[in-house]
Amino acid sequence: MKLYKFLPFVIFSVISLALYIGLKLNPSIIPSPLINEPIPEFSLPVVGGEEAGFNSDDLKAEDEVILVNFFASWCGPCYIEHPFLMKLKERGYKIYGVSYKDKARATNKFLSNLGNPYYKVAADEDGRMAINWGGYGVPETYVIKNGFIQYKHVGPIHEMEFEDKVMPIIESIDQ
Amino acid sequence: MIVELGHYALILACLLSFIQATFPLYGAQYNQGRLMALSSPAAYGQLFFVTISFASLMYAFVVSDFSVANVARNSHTLKPMLYKVSAVWGNHEGSILFWALILALYGALVAFFGRKLPKTLHVRVLAIQALVGLGFYLFLLLTSNPFERIFPFPMEGNGLNPLLQDPGLAFHPPLLYMGYVGLSVTFSFAVGALLEGRVDAAWARWVRPWTLLAWCFLTAGITLGSWWAYYELGWGGWWFWDPVENASFMPWLVATALLHSAIVVEKRDTLKSWTILLAIIAFSFSLLGTFIVRSGVLTSVHAFATDPERGVFILIFLFIVIGGSLLLFALRADKMTPGGLFAPISRESMLVINNLLLTVAAMVVMFGTLYPLLRDALTGDKITVGPPFFNIAFGLLMIPLLLVMGMGPSVSWKRADLRGISSRLSFVFAASVVMALALFYVTSGDNFMAAVWLGLGLWVLLSTLFEWADRVKLFKSGALKRVLRQPRASVGMTLGHIGFAIAVIGMAGTSFWSSEYQGIMGYGDKATIAGYELTLRNTDGIIGPNYTAIRAIFDVSKDGVELSPLMPEARVYQTPPMPTTEAAILSRFTGDLFVVIGETNSAEYDQWAVRLYYKPLQIWLWFGVAIMVLSGLISLSDRRFRMGTLKSRKNK
Repeated sequence: MKLYKFLPFVIFSVISLALYIGLKLNPSIIPSPLINEPIPEFSLPVVGGEEAGFNSDDLKAEDEVILVNFFASWCGPCYIEHPFLMKLKERGYKIYGVSYKDKARATNKFLSNLGNPYYKVAADEDGRMAINWGGYGVPETYVIKNGFIQYKHVGPIHEMEFEDKVMPIIESIDQ
Repeated sequence: MIVELGHYALILACLLSFIQATFPLYGAQYNQGRLMALSSPAAYGQLFFVTISFASLMYAFVVSDFSVANVARNSHTLKPMLYKVSAVWGNHEGSILFWALILALYGALVAFFGRKLPKTLHVRVLAIQALVGLGFYLFLLLTSNPFERIFPFPMEGNGLNPLLQDPGLAFHPPLLYMGYVGLSVTFSFAVGALLEGRVDAAWARWVRPWTLLAWCFLTAGITLGSWWAYYELGWGGWWFWDPVENASFMPWLVATALLHSAIVVEKRDTLKSWTILLAIIAFSFSLLGTFIVRSGVLTSVHAFATDPERGVFILIFLFIVIGGSLLLFALRADKMTPGGLFAPISRESMLVINNLLLTVAAMVVMFGTLYPLLRDALTGDKITVGPPFFNIAFGLLMIPLLLVMGMGPSVSWKRADLRGISSRLSFVFAASVVMALALFYVTSGDNFMAAVWLGLGLWVLLSTLFEWADRVKLFKSGALKRVLRQPRASVGMTLGHIGFAIAVIGMAGTSFWSSEYQGIMGYGDKATIAGYELTLRNTDGIIGPNYTAIRAIFDVSKDGVELSPLMPEARVYQTPPMPTTEAAILSRFTGDLFVVIGETNSAEYDQWAVRLYYKPLQIWLWFGVAIMVLSGLISLSDRRFRMGTLKSRKNK
């Protein structure tokens, strides 16, 4: 008997074991250790310039609930969520926009074509801020109050999800 | 009442499968004819009872009997009839019942067509088939009973996911399952042969048509799903390397390898234990695919059942079936003595390379699919493996595969003359290189990889045609007669390879040359893409049977010629509430123009988010795959595979 003939069986056993462990995990939970933690320090320039856009102290100075949205003109889902961000702006939310790993011209074109939902926009050209904030990609939206991260939404934000998940948090903070 | 009848029939089918899996197997071991005689009637009986069971579930859906929990969860009175019927297999319980139905159908077919097989082999094959069936029946009855009632029952159902309410997706699962489950027959034959301890050319002649049939269904099913993703998801993509797509693609890759290695067993009586292993692996991937989709162990846009208890059940079942057969393989494979020897340059070697590349490709896909899970299980890191990994790793394997594919048919069995082949094919190779470079130049040379892939597609296309012309001596008198007299199996081979080449050319075109435009358009605004000029004329609201929609009308013109307008829709379904896009696609030989209308961003409803895509050669992809499926069916009708022939040959 040749031992290598057992190889398929051994490989399969290893895979089964991994699948067994995998069954106990929930892949839809994306952990964020920064919930209820103060926002990481940062200071970003404006899009396409050297002068300061906004920094962590600006966000800490806000006394209402604010949103920080990471976006990029190269990101398909960002186009999807964009109309809803416009609605949020109309409803009076202050959204700080962070243009993630994008060229200034592309960002400006994105905002002038679709409209600018942001209170202030800054450029995170090398993605350093996103790393410090534990970002997985774009789009991502953070709910912040008094410089503390209250909630993080990964992926395009939809009206229904906003009402279901984000509104309760905002309401509970306001109380 | 009818529903209870279905439940009862399912229990009877389960008991029959138990009988079919045990007593005849014992009978085959100890040569007891009476016990062996049980197996065929049991297989027919199983089919009978599962059919009753499935029909009664379908009845519950058709009449919208919401006292059945499964119907209440997945159906709705307002749904069009087609989707009431397709909802039967569009949910977890129903789809497993559907699996069991097809498994029983294949079992009965094997019972019927295999009458002339050596008795012990026939009985063993059917027993393995029943053993797999038993697992599915138990899974249904113990964890996922589709006939469960609820009280009090709701007046209205929850409806089916609107994305799934589409003709393409109504037929995608049945085709896919016919393919998945078709591989169970090859699996049963492989395990049966291991139990018998004998594999010969006759065995391969038996296995090939089943593999071919399963392969045709798999190819059609996967492509239908891909086509659905293309026009329904509205991103203009046709393959996303999503875990569920990969789950169907892995068995396809292995089945394709198996298809080729079975030829070697049949013609040359060698590569036996490898072929057996492939048959086991192909079906293992079918089961693994079902597990991945059903257990929710990997998240995906497709996964619609997540329940760890079910996952554990399937995993145990998988371990018994796959682990058991692989263990049997390890213990028994030594008995398969190889027959004919062959030289390094020979048809056999070409097929071995094909097999290695396809299997490694399947392993790469499996690794990429399971790696995030392994990582999460071992270290807790959450990562995803995306298209860049698959495109590079898979693409690198496909390049040598396509090169060998062009050569293979021209290489003779046993020992081939390398110099002769290269002198014949070097002209074809040079021609494809020149054509690819010409295309590279014409398209302003912006994408070198596009030229590489087009060149490879052309190479397979031209070399296949060349080999065919050579074989039928196209330019000598009486060619037509020779063309018509080609055995269907070799017609199938030629057509299959041509279809694949066309599909590769389509993939290259749509992957490398596509262009897109995203923006906001008001009425009268114009946008141009790939020479087409689109004007947003108007939008209107329409009301469908279970949705409302905004329909936009775009006037389309190219080079000043007015074409028929395109009308994409943005739908909002009522139950469950969910927005979907219905893209409007103008399909032409040279490429697809793809229009999607999104949300409005103003209160006056006069500005719309619009996405336009141009997908060159997209239709070549679908057309090429259609040829591949057709080629499989032609090959299947070859007289070698017809059962009467087999019988008469045996009698001689």
